[in-house]
Amino acid sequence: MKSLAELAAIKERMKDKISLRKGEDNVRVVVGMATCGISAGARAVLNAFVEGVAENGLSDSVTVTQTGCIGMCACEPIVEIFEGNEVKTTYVKVDAEKAKKIISEHLKGGNVVKEYTAENK
Amino acid sequence: MIRSHVLICSGSGCTSSGSVAIAKALTEELKKQGLAEEVEVVKTGCFGLCALGPIMIIYPEGTFYSMVTEADVPEIVSEHLLKGRIVERLVHDEKKLDGTTEKVTNLNETQFYRKQMRLALRNCGVINPEEIDEYIALDGYKALGKVLTEMTPAEVIQLMLDSGIRGRGGAGFPTGMKWSFAAKSVSDKKYVVCNADEGDPGAFMDRSILEGDPHAVLEAMAIAGYAIGADEGYIYVRAEYPIAVQRLQIAIDQAREYGLLGKDIFSTGFNFDIHLRFGAGAFVCGEETALLTSIEGKRGEPHPRPPFPAVKGLFGQPTIVNNVETLANIPQIILKGPDWFRTIGTEKSKGTKVFALGGKITNTGLVEVPMGTTLREIIYDIGGGIPNGKKFKAAQTGGPSGGCIPAEHLDTPIDYDSLMAIGSMMGSGGLIVMDEDNCMVDIAKFFLEFTVDESCGKCTPCRIGTRRMLDILNKITSGNGEDGDIEKLEELANTIKASALCGLGQTAPNPILSTLRYFRDEYEAHIYEKRCPAGVCKALAKITIIEDKCKGCTACSRVCPVGAISGSVKQPHVIDQSKCIKCGACIEKCKFGAIVKK
Repeated sequence: MKSLAELAAIKERMKDKISLRKGEDNVRVVVGMATCGISAGARAVLNAFVEGVAENGLSDSVTVTQTGCIGMCACEPIVEIFEGNEVKTTYVKVDAEKAKKIISEHLKGGNVVKEYTAENK
Repeated sequence: MIRSHVLICSGSGCTSSGSVAIAKALTEELKKQGLAEEVEVVKTGCFGLCALGPIMIIYPEGTFYSMVTEADVPEIVSEHLLKGRIVERLVHDEKKLDGTTEKVTNLNETQFYRKQMRLALRNCGVINPEEIDEYIALDGYKALGKVLTEMTPAEVIQLMLDSGIRGRGGAGFPTGMKWSFAAKSVSDKKYVVCNADEGDPGAFMDRSILEGDPHAVLEAMAIAGYAIGADEGYIYVRAEYPIAVQRLQIAIDQAREYGLLGKDIFSTGFNFDIHLRFGAGAFVCGEETALLTSIEGKRGEPHPRPPFPAVKGLFGQPTIVNNVETLANIPQIILKGPDWFRTIGTEKSKGTKVFALGGKITNTGLVEVPMGTTLREIIYDIGGGIPNGKKFKAAQTGGPSGGCIPAEHLDTPIDYDSLMAIGSMMGSGGLIVMDEDNCMVDIAKFFLEFTVDESCGKCTPCRIGTRRMLDILNKITSGNGEDGDIEKLEELANTIKASALCGLGQTAPNPILSTLRYFRDEYEAHIYEKRCPAGVCKALAKITIIEDKCKGCTACSRVCPVGAISGSVKQPHVIDQSKCIKCGACIEKCKFGAIVKK
């Protein structure tokens, strides 16, 4: 180890990995992964979110996790985004392409992608 | 892309209950169910809640599963990791003091964790101790970088003095002062030694830190080396801690590879390297002069101080000896500053202390609390109280060098000085809880047996004095105690305290003195009434059958291993006291509660 910059570089490289174990106050992206969700393609959606969040450098502020059946099986894959305890957005019939857009517009840009939400269907 | 981490405790406690096999089974199962690319298994150090091991935590949710077995693994993978459904039956059902229970899915929300403040244990159960990168990710080695590039050695020592940190190994000597003595000693060779010879029966915090966060100790030793002008360090660790030894060796190798140990660290010209030395488990080698003698390859015996190690220590050179827990605090003090550290704790004892909770307590394990937390908070709020509805009698702190604290002092804020004032000591932080079924004379005897065994024999007061005290205790507990025994014990205890060569001998009488101070009536009952109030001392116990309650079922006479019980069917039975060995088998067998031990 020759410099503090070298140390900082390792820390930076590890940031995404270690932030997975922190972040109780993060924005939470919850993908429905019950049998209905999985058969509608939720696994691809989940992975798209995990990868997209990392690629966009959002790992510090966004946690991607999965949950069981939300109760609207016909609309799966369903993705819910929780911001704090108050705000919840529900996206329905999500696929990997839509996930990308949700990441760039909602998670990064702060604007809900209205055309994909449950209210719009 | 990894989306989830499964942390599995790989400390000694959970390892012995099978966590390694669980980690292996989990890795296999993830492959089988096609999740190997999405979920990572991370083996960590101790979470502290050893009573509930093997412990597993799944992130990002932070779900906490306890007492996991290999058989649970497929369900965890298919339910939780694939479908996101919590496996309810593995969630800890926490028993509250009012008798109700509540499912707790997050470790931080358990009663056990809520009142804790984890500084020395901050990375234990959080990182993989065999991955230096994970330590660096949580600001590891940043403190070393800071002192080497921004601070002078004198500034580092001043910072330690300002923080007020005192040694966590027992006596509580101010760490900054120790460093300043060694820094002032003039020599071209100095040493930093880490005392990892954790000898107190019941204490295991040092082991857990070494197993869970070994790099914190290495980093702190390098900082100490810079502060006092040393370029070499030794860690004296017990060979009975194989996992700690293995992880230390891995950590040293990784730090060397990264150039965080070795020559010209951070291009500052500072050199520092660390070696391991293994102890064979002699208690006396935890005493610093004996420890240094042992590192030198000689028989581990203490020698009188002065000269103190800071002046003439390892191989005759100025040396500082710091305990593992003390060192684990240092990198954070450097990064967050002495003012931050001073806000935690009491006026004269700053920071936190780790206690190893054991004995008659619900949540056996490791807890770290700010100095000044009361014993009641530790035992009831964190420890979950005494199991089986029994009554608290006393807590032993400081192991064989400490003393007992009775119920009347439960609300004393615990720090170095308050414990001294009530006749105990902090010691390394072993905390053994005793309930009404424990005989205090027997407890004193237990600790004394330990010190008699472990006395190195160099000085007479300890070698012969502790043996004579044990003889008297044996006499008392076997029913042969006589008037004057208590006074003889006191005289011997005070003499040994004043005249023994090292800390081991000087503190050996403490368990006797403190039990005499608070439970003199129990000693008197043994001596004058030939009675053990707790019913522990076999020679004094008498098992009898209450005639009115006995139905003559003969169950007791059939279970008695020595044929001491006689009587005919449907007639009250009697115990032949000359044959009875007081094993108590008949008491357990009797359905009518007709047999009692007094």
